[in-house]
Amino acid sequence: MNIKGLAFNTFKESARNKMFYLLVFFGIIFALSSKLISFLTLGDTIKVLKDTGLAAINFFCVLIAIFTGINLVYKEIEKKTIFNILSKPVTRDHFIIGKFFGLALTMLVALIAMAGIFFILVLLVGGGFDFKILLYFFMLYLELLIIVAISLLFSSFSTPILSFIFTVSLYLIGHIMWTFNEFKSLLRSPLLEKFTHMLYYILPNLDKFNIKNEVVLDLPMRTGTILFSILYALVYIMALLTVTIMIFRKREFL
Amino acid sequence: MKTLEITNLKKSFRSNFLIKKYHILKGIDISVEQGEIYGFLGPNGAGKTTTIKCIMGLLFPNEGEILVNGQPSASIAARRQIGFLPENPYFYDYLSASELLHFSASLFAIPATVARERIDLLIKQVGLEGHEHLKLRKFSKGMTQRLGMAQALIQDPVCLILDEPFSGLDPIGRKEFRDLILNLKGQGKTIFFSSHILQDMEMMVDKVGIIINGRISRQGQLSEMIASSTQYHEIVCSRISEKQLTKINPNFVSHDNQFIITLDNEADINLVVESIIHNNGLVIAVNPVKKTLEDIFLKELREV
Repeated sequence: MNIKGLAFNTFKESARNKMFYLLVFFGIIFALSSKLISFLTLGDTIKVLKDTGLAAINFFCVLIAIFTGINLVYKEIEKKTIFNILSKPVTRDHFIIGKFFGLALTMLVALIAMAGIFFILVLLVGGGFDFKILLYFFMLYLELLIIVAISLLFSSFSTPILSFIFTVSLYLIGHIMWTFNEFKSLLRSPLLEKFTHMLYYILPNLDKFNIKNEVVLDLPMRTGTILFSILYALVYIMALLTVTIMIFRKREFL
Repeated sequence: MKTLEITNLKKSFRSNFLIKKYHILKGIDISVEQGEIYGFLGPNGAGKTTTIKCIMGLLFPNEGEILVNGQPSASIAARRQIGFLPENPYFYDYLSASELLHFSASLFAIPATVARERIDLLIKQVGLEGHEHLKLRKFSKGMTQRLGMAQALIQDPVCLILDEPFSGLDPIGRKEFRDLILNLKGQGKTIFFSSHILQDMEMMVDKVGIIINGRISRQGQLSEMIASSTQYHEIVCSRISEKQLTKINPNFVSHDNQFIITLDNEADINLVVESIIHNNGLVIAVNPVKKTLEDIFLKELREV
């Protein structure tokens, strides 16, 4: 019960803060870019709209995930609102899990709102409903949950600026994980090779969730790969939340 | 029956570079009986808030034990029984008073219908009627303090831990809070609070603990502390000349055609009164002057 209460309160906090401003901003940019596209493109308008639209949604969702995630726990500690929570029958584990689910709900609402705008625009330019786009949004949502869990982890022990740097770094690294294998083959030291191999498994492989090319270019997708990505996301999120909880259990609030 | 029991509580912090260790609490022992109001007194930096944070599980003690009705105070079972008002409380400013109280109720898993009734009652009790739907960012310090008290009482706790509950309140607010705390005591609740406002404390508490430099320097029933600490006696008299009075007892001051004689020795009272009457003077009053809580507190401070 208190996880639900904490999650809804976290959602309220995010929704009454920056998220809607960002959504409005996104809506305006998106509407403007789609108008521009219809004027400027000579080829397949729908394909270009899908390409730019999905990229824009991805960008803004990641921004929202990072900015809300890095601030939430830090703000609770800094403004001492956490005193009122942890003095109630709420364990620290529940607090972190509640925050995560609140953020997950925030991202879900943001994503549904953006996806809705996107589908309407696609329909307006003559495109139809595509199941693959729905799958794209689902995979993006999984990626966003990992980003939220990462930002929550950093937010539980460091300042928003440092959390931002760490989370963005991990996000960027997460999208170039394929270079690790190439990089590994260039290393001459077996120790460094092992270390790189270990990093490959520890760092988040966010490229697993990027199926934009398959969606825009209508390429085939393998069910096994999708299912593995879902499992990967669940395990990775649980591991991140476990580490966050372990750190948070030891925190003292001055 | 003991509601709150603190035994040998020790807490220290390390400096930023982990070189020096600061001992904030050096072995605190406190016990508060059920239905008692305990005033926790001490200068700034003495360890009052640290003690309270240890009780609430926000800080982890290095040594010692804190029990609430026999259960470790940081446990979920104990926290169900405690209402806590932190010092200078800060709440989510995007919520209204009513929303915050509903949120607090949800953390205790109080059913919505019960919560609604309880919140209506609490809003009235703390004097926030008409402001329940106002966003907290528009609340004054006094209003925030009142809301803090309301959220501390949301689950009808058996024990209240209040850190500086009178801070930010105007004289009317302080009086209302005093009445509320005494009313809660009347309901059998145990109240542990820290305050700098000694007059308020003196009017309410059963027991006092004075903490100085991380140690309890004095602890006991306030009535006993004050009863055992009559400082001197005053005799107020008039219709007597200064010359005559100097012969009886030179230790006096004049004020509004009256004289106030100070007697350090109780045994001298009868003799002085008889002498005044013998000189056709009028004895208006004989007053024992007792130490106030402030006097006791300042004495403790000087002695440490």
